[in-house]
Amino acid sequence: MDRVSAQLPEAVADRYVDRTGGAWAVIHADSLPKVAAFLKNDPELEFKLFGSIDAVDRLHLAENDPRFEVVYFLYSLKRHEHVRLKVRVSESQPVVPSLTPLFRGANWWERLTFDFYGIRFDGHPDLRRILLYEEFQGHPLRKDYALRDRQPLIPERPIKDIFRGPGTSGLS
Amino acid sequence: MADHAKPHAPETPNPDTDAYAHESELEAHLQTKRMVINMGPSHPATHGTVRLKVELEGETIVKIDPEIGFLHRGFQKSCENVTWTQCLPYTDRLNYLSAMMNNFGFLNAVEKLIGLEIPERAQYIRVIGSEIHRLTDHLTCVGATGLELGGFAPFLFAMEFRELLHDRTAELTGARLTTSFGRVGGINRDLPEGWIQKVHKSLDRGMELIDEMDGLLTRNRIFVDRTKGTGVISAEDAIDFGYTGPALRACGVNYDIRKAKPYWVYDRFDFKVPVGEHGDNYDRYLVRLEEMRQSIHILRQAMDTIPAGPIIVDDWRIALPPKPEVYGTIEGVMSHFKLVMEGIQVPAGEVYDSTEASNGELGWYIVSDGSGRPYKVHVRAPGFPVLAAVPHIIEGKMLADLIPTFDTINMIGGEVEQ
Repeated sequence: MDRVSAQLPEAVADRYVDRTGGAWAVIHADSLPKVAAFLKNDPELEFKLFGSIDAVDRLHLAENDPRFEVVYFLYSLKRHEHVRLKVRVSESQPVVPSLTPLFRGANWWERLTFDFYGIRFDGHPDLRRILLYEEFQGHPLRKDYALRDRQPLIPERPIKDIFRGPGTSGLS
Repeated sequence: MADHAKPHAPETPNPDTDAYAHESELEAHLQTKRMVINMGPSHPATHGTVRLKVELEGETIVKIDPEIGFLHRGFQKSCENVTWTQCLPYTDRLNYLSAMMNNFGFLNAVEKLIGLEIPERAQYIRVIGSEIHRLTDHLTCVGATGLELGGFAPFLFAMEFRELLHDRTAELTGARLTTSFGRVGGINRDLPEGWIQKVHKSLDRGMELIDEMDGLLTRNRIFVDRTKGTGVISAEDAIDFGYTGPALRACGVNYDIRKAKPYWVYDRFDFKVPVGEHGDNYDRYLVRLEEMRQSIHILRQAMDTIPAGPIIVDDWRIALPPKPEVYGTIEGVMSHFKLVMEGIQVPAGEVYDSTEASNGELGWYIVSDGSGRPYKVHVRAPGFPVLAAVPHIIEGKMLADLIPTFDTINMIGGEVEQ
């Protein structure tokens, strides 16, 4: 990470080490592809093995502005370590540049993050829902989506659930 | 009656008896048109509920679009609404062929977030459990590959060994598949008496069965023809897609978290990491076969050297107090009540941690906000990137190659579709 800060000082907004010793870097959304390309192609780093992408909805956390955090994990087979990147985006404009042109592995993970958090990836070739169906309304991993807000495609049979009662659409 | 004896008139050719009746038609160009076929979600030659939209030109696959999500259960959302211990049964159902590895991977990440060191005996039991379930996972994969390519006997051998291991698992954990084994801070029950000898016996039989499978498949002409050179992915592409585990090692990349970043007590055991060369179905099969033998090797070492001692940390904020304390002391009752009602109070923070599951790197990104429930549980299922690369592997190849490819990558619906 020191090398990233040295090479692209304007890209890194914040750096810290979490309690378990994992090094994090918070990246500005615009410079994410540049940082990822540097991490991938620098001969001393070679963070080529694609890990995963996900997001965190910080709605109920103490520090929640901007609302979403997109997290990236890459691995270097040369250095045998993970790199953890974070990009913060707001609720009103949840757009992050896509990493799919750089890592083909990012394709499905970006679709997953879009599916569950509604974060759009600029430049993604085929951004559609991956696990849920097209007709689904909203993004279920957002904290304001109720746990039992069900959207069945075909009507569910009216079985009385003696423990939890009938589903409450829209209510908690 | 005399008419029957008469031969056919030469001017009316009989297509049933006369092989060259329509010789010109044999030369004719076969009319094909592009055809879209749905494979799945429930298809006899694939396991896992994936719908593959296949566009065919003759027998060649032009385009393939895997559509997943039929097994989506809302794993993350469910975890965010229960206590840390209650997440454990959900992790069983991620990779239902190797539930213990998911249990222990999740617990390992949570313990890392708390900053907890678990007792040595618990670490050994975790290694033993993981390797047993690595065996069952690979057995299912190799057996099903043989079955779907027409060999029924190897499947039966695999199932016999798997059945033995399931019996041992049931004796250890109380369940055959959904084990929910281990707790934060260690293990919830110790090895049963005489269990180690039983496992040794099962492994002796298992080694014979693996050799039988090896003998039936590895040099079988039909099997080799179907798997060698099909479903090829280069090492560079595999890394780019995020392959890990046996599928990556079959491409010749030596990456195993048990060796690269040893967790628990894996660094005390002597084992080899098999590495392939071509990245095709045959190499993936061979890597899995050899990994089973190495797992047996690890298991025997672990069972011979397991030390005595406690199996869970002695900290009543994390582990339930022993029953006499619960019934006999007020502190015991209070800790028990608080743990059951409020859950473990994991301090606020975040962690990314990964272990080597049977199909590759099982990564967990966990955020805690200091309440008794997880704020976010992200799971990096090893099967997800592996399945994502199937279009890249199979486009332009024959439809028949899809079956072995889909088998040897061993995509598990439960973990991919969360």
